[in-house]
Amino acid sequence: MLKLKNLTVKIGKKTILHNINLTFQKNKIYAIFGPNGSGKSTLAHAIAGNPLHTLSPQSNIIFNNKSIKKLSPDKRAQQGIFLSWQAPLSLSGVNVFQLLQIALGSKKNPLALKKEIESYAKDLNINTELLYRSLNEGASGGEKKKLELIQAAALNPKLIIFDEIDTGVDVDALKLISKFILKNKKGKTYILITHYNRMLKYITPDNVLVIMNGKIVKQGGKALADKIEKQGYDIFKKSKS
Amino acid sequence: MTKTTQKYVYTTKKGLNKRVVENISYQKKEPQWMKDFRLRSYEIFKQKPMPTWGADLSDIDFNDIYYYMKATEGPANTWDELPENIRETYEKIGIPQAEKDYLAGVSSQFDSETVYESLREDLEKQGVLFCDTDTALKKYPDILKQYLATLIPPADNKFAALNSAVWSGGSFIYIPKGVKVEFPLQAYFYIQMQNMGQFERTLIIADEGSEASYVEGCTAPVYSSNSLHSAVVEIIVKKGARFRYTTIQNWSNNVYNLVTKRAIVEEEGFMDWIDCNLGSRKTMKYPGFILKGKGAKGEVLSVALAGKGQHQDAGAKAIHLAPYTSSRIISKSISKDGGRTSYRGLVHVIPGAKKSNVYVSCDALIMDEKSRSDTYPTMKVKEKDVSVQHEAQVERLSDEKLFYLTSRGIKKEEAEGMLVNGFIKPIIKEIPLEYAVEMNRLINLEMEGSVG
Repeated sequence: MLKLKNLTVKIGKKTILHNINLTFQKNKIYAIFGPNGSGKSTLAHAIAGNPLHTLSPQSNIIFNNKSIKKLSPDKRAQQGIFLSWQAPLSLSGVNVFQLLQIALGSKKNPLALKKEIESYAKDLNINTELLYRSLNEGASGGEKKKLELIQAAALNPKLIIFDEIDTGVDVDALKLISKFILKNKKGKTYILITHYNRMLKYITPDNVLVIMNGKIVKQGGKALADKIEKQGYDIFKKSKS
Repeated sequence: MTKTTQKYVYTTKKGLNKRVVENISYQKKEPQWMKDFRLRSYEIFKQKPMPTWGADLSDIDFNDIYYYMKATEGPANTWDELPENIRETYEKIGIPQAEKDYLAGVSSQFDSETVYESLREDLEKQGVLFCDTDTALKKYPDILKQYLATLIPPADNKFAALNSAVWSGGSFIYIPKGVKVEFPLQAYFYIQMQNMGQFERTLIIADEGSEASYVEGCTAPVYSSNSLHSAVVEIIVKKGARFRYTTIQNWSNNVYNLVTKRAIVEEEGFMDWIDCNLGSRKTMKYPGFILKGKGAKGEVLSVALAGKGQHQDAGAKAIHLAPYTSSRIISKSISKDGGRTSYRGLVHVIPGAKKSNVYVSCDALIMDEKSRSDTYPTMKVKEKDVSVQHEAQVERLSDEKLFYLTSRGIKKEEAEGMLVNGFIKPIIKEIPLEYAVEMNRLINLEMEGSVG
């Protein structure tokens, strides 16, 4: 459902991703591993369409058989791509309910939406007041990630990229988050970006990809994740040279 | 907007001279003292130089303006009595709708003369006086004579002098002792003709222990040549009284909006100005208060948005004359498409105004590289035993925040509107709901670029 072809991405003058070719299948769960600064978030942002990222002319992103390379982020989102941010931004005077109302337009009735997101908040064990307060202002790390999940669930996209949904979150929150992610999995493709194995106790990926220095260096199954856990990323450095 | 032709019963010639001033007074059948006041003011106007600071006003041609027009034979008291074309105009701007809802009274300035006003019966029973200022001059001349121009004398500035010479309409409000008016009194001002000047004069007296609020909206259709709006608003807040004055200004982008607004607050009184400036070509407006009595409080919450070709020079003036007084000034401005906003503020604490509090916060949001924002705060604090806090912040619209919202499927223009509305929310939540909704809508229209 998602194909990255020769994806080369620059931020300013610096090339962050080099010639990445990947295919993501429908309904599968992918885990992308990589050390800090390896280009994981850049990959996520490039798929979501961050306008500050420049793609090389040879690069292409195909989503459901159509190139989305030239589409603005809102159009990509409307086609079913959702990015759960690593560090969700605080927005003064904008709350989740209002944001979703505007994003969904006439697709959902406001009262039904209100009910829906309040039930998600309950599932995730956060105060429903957070849905009506300035987004992420004064929220804890875990609350911020949960508010991302609520947005994802309400928008019901086809592809969700979770950029480090597991960082800044305690064990109990991580369990709830994982449970929530699996509960709302139906018909969706997940890309879990992470740099450690914690979350994979709860969610088993179909595929594991390793990214280093802006390149995919290894692909495999769950066992690959276990190997990284035990031996760290150094093994890939050696295999490369 | 389709143009409705408005018939005027009487119009002065373009331009200003002694004859015109006399004629205005004659047409209104005013008492001699008012005629003398106008003529005296006209002399001051002639002598006063144009302000050399603030917005550039060199384009104003005082000889190219109509100073007085009379639209009907006299104020109408009910909706149906209004001539149809005026009613249409009002319906276009949604006045009867607003009134049908829960607004306490409507007083609308149609160019110069207030043609429609109503007041709920219960207010009348409470002894609240609310009418246009011309009517007040006939019905309550003693109150006018006692208070008019006491806070803003003609010599205050050139435009106050001009207003004093040629004023027409405006609102007169008297809230008796201890009376609390729950719903906002409201007025709508509307410039109908090009080259028109609108010079309303508003006088409000909130007697001891009373509470009330007033909302004014201002608008004008777009004409090819410039118009001038120069109002004077004086508010007397007596001991323990509370008054809130809210303005939503959305003049078309060729109106010069030069307004003097001032309140005096006696012991334990509270005056609150909420001032939203969206439209106009150039605005110079600094709502102020003189905290005269012990424990008096004043507040200015101001929002300004300047788009292409606009300069919003707005701010506040706080004068502390007594101990235990406090002032709070919060200004939020947005500039876009080459527009310019300035915050200009004066806080003056005299010696002896001990234990007073001053809080000033001005935030500016700049939407793009072409736009500009400046801050000109002046603090004259002559008393040591006071607490003074001043914060100022300038931020550029964040690309990251825009990306965050657009990555949720929200269009860029809508996302900008959300961020701007979020930025001014602390102020907007203070204004009555239907006006808040209108403000948000206007901001969104501005962001979409569909409003001239």
